[in-house]
Amino acid sequence: MMPFTMPSLIAVDWWALGAVIALSVGAMLLLVLEFVPAPPASNRGAFVTLLALLAAAGSVLEVRDARRSLFDGMFLHDGFTVFFTVLFCVIGAVAVLQSWDYVKRTRINHGEYYALLLSSTLGMVLMAASNDLITIFLGLELMSLALYVLVGFRRTRLDSSEAAMKYFLLGAFASGFLLYGIALLYGATGTTNLAKVAMFLADSPMIGNPMLIVGGLLLLVGFGFKVAAVPFHMWTPDAYEGAPTTVTGYMSAGAKAAGFAALLRVLLVAFPPLMSEWRPILSWIAALTMTVGNVTALLQTNVKRMLAYSSIAHAGYLLVAVVAGGLDGGSAALFYLAVYSFMNLGAFGVLALLGRGAEERVTIKDLAGLGFRSPMLGLAMTVFMLSLGGVPPTSGFMGKVYLFSVAVKAGLIPLVIVGVLNSVVSVFYYLRVTVAMYMQEPGAEPVEIAWAPSAAIAVVITLALTLWWGVQAQDLLTTAQRSILGLL
Amino acid sequence: MTLALFAAFAALLVGCSLMVILHRNPVASALFLVLAFCSLAGLYLLLHAEFVAMVQVIVYAGAIMVLFLFVIMYLNLRHDVEQGIAVAVRRGAGWILGILLLAETVAFFKGRWAEGPVSAPDLAPVAGNTQAIGQVLYTRYLFPFEITSVLLLVAMVGAVVIAKGRGPGLHPAAPAADAAADAKAAAPDHAGGEA
Repeated sequence: MMPFTMPSLIAVDWWALGAVIALSVGAMLLLVLEFVPAPPASNRGAFVTLLALLAAAGSVLEVRDARRSLFDGMFLHDGFTVFFTVLFCVIGAVAVLQSWDYVKRTRINHGEYYALLLSSTLGMVLMAASNDLITIFLGLELMSLALYVLVGFRRTRLDSSEAAMKYFLLGAFASGFLLYGIALLYGATGTTNLAKVAMFLADSPMIGNPMLIVGGLLLLVGFGFKVAAVPFHMWTPDAYEGAPTTVTGYMSAGAKAAGFAALLRVLLVAFPPLMSEWRPILSWIAALTMTVGNVTALLQTNVKRMLAYSSIAHAGYLLVAVVAGGLDGGSAALFYLAVYSFMNLGAFGVLALLGRGAEERVTIKDLAGLGFRSPMLGLAMTVFMLSLGGVPPTSGFMGKVYLFSVAVKAGLIPLVIVGVLNSVVSVFYYLRVTVAMYMQEPGAEPVEIAWAPSAAIAVVITLALTLWWGVQAQDLLTTAQRSILGLL
Repeated sequence: MTLALFAAFAALLVGCSLMVILHRNPVASALFLVLAFCSLAGLYLLLHAEFVAMVQVIVYAGAIMVLFLFVIMYLNLRHDVEQGIAVAVRRGAGWILGILLLAETVAFFKGRWAEGPVSAPDLAPVAGNTQAIGQVLYTRYLFPFEITSVLLLVAMVGAVVIAKGRGPGLHPAAPAADAAADAKAAAPDHAGGEA
């Protein structure tokens, strides 16, 4: 018998682990609840989901200043974890509010919808909190598996199934790359713990070793896929278009934020010694991502597809912040992620309100005249579009200003020039939506607006956050800076 | 002795792998893949990785290959003999990309190699490594182990959601009745899915 020690469960900080517990218990509770018949009008699934998300956020906020390393350093509770856990929970909550009526209207109101939503949130939390490549991979898989199914949730629709199929096949491929990269890194360094990888690299002749570099590159491919960076972006427009609109909003915000959280932790904790290797690669990817995303978005007439390409472009801006690195780059990325999540969620939330029953009316033509038919919705959509384009006084503007100024400080002038030019291009297609809403006559069959109180609350929340962070960015910025400190 | 065994297993592995991609009949390809997996398991055994070898046989050669064969037989790949210019182009592109990749690999691995990390301390030399793996799995790697269980649950639920016939296309009823039918159908659905 070899000696071994049981991990003492009493010593675990339950508050720090609370988010994981609340989310997984919530997901399982939802599955069990399906056994109990409910009246068709009831929405207890959404209700339980909201409670679980609230409990998860509350639990990590309870110990927000603590720093805990659980399970042999695999799960880290620090400012970074708290920031992202709360972000994911709020994103999830907004998505639940948007889905509240949408899933009933489009008749996909099955209990598994919310269970999968919670599981993918759990995966995101794990990706942000993991300090170990194994748990990062498991978190990523958990998030992705749930999202594959959510994308194909309207299973009687051909485009939804096609989207899920494409997303699943390419996603499985990317997971393979990521896992292979992890295996090579383990072979090169002898550990999967990020802090230990950094310690190993700090004083070793391994730098420049092919195995290490190939491992790192494969890791970048895996993450590049999840955040939809060019050239790993092919799945994005199809998956975004085919998914139920509320799921599109949720994955465009949550999956991207989670991908960047894991990428930031890996690059800033484990790979500072290899900075000279990954910086140029990521710079090229960033420039390509911004340009391809924005230029292709110009050509789209389906707003969901357009927003998909726009989300690719935003991944490019975020990569600029990652390349800048350090405290400033990291906090710029966190700030931009928070801001981006809510303006994007808001835009998809508005789109989810359009159409009667299960029909989907999301082309630019369908939006014609919306600004006069529903001033509130038109105003909200306009703000989201302006914010995505980076026009003051919205949060998108503050995010871009901060991000590009950080990049200038880091000496990334060419990237900033590409980024600013791209932002100018992007304003064009964002304004096309606004122009259609206010300056075009609605067609023969104007789109029906399916108002619901919960969806209205979601619009108000996202709108308020987008405007608030536009004029009062300081709080969020300080939080972002404090959150990133723990990594460095 | 070990060297001879290694050479035999390695040659078998390379040969079988080549047959997987070169054989015209997909079922034969799949069966060669089984053989390839088994010879890989042999290599693992030579490395004293008994657990990995057993898992390789049970999971890959057993479960996954059965799945492969099912898929191949269900798809009934009779008309897969493609012809024409498209195939030639695709073949050509494949060869060129393959050669490029090979060249890159050679160029890359001529690069600087350095000493890897010191090898991990020998675990449990007595009872074979299955016991050692079990012990770290439930202690050090308890957290990933638990997460994996959640992951498998999600995969199972996802498979049920995707495969189960429900919803408007398959219940041509009024919306309210449809939802009620769903609520009633939900319980047996799950019992079937999770059994």
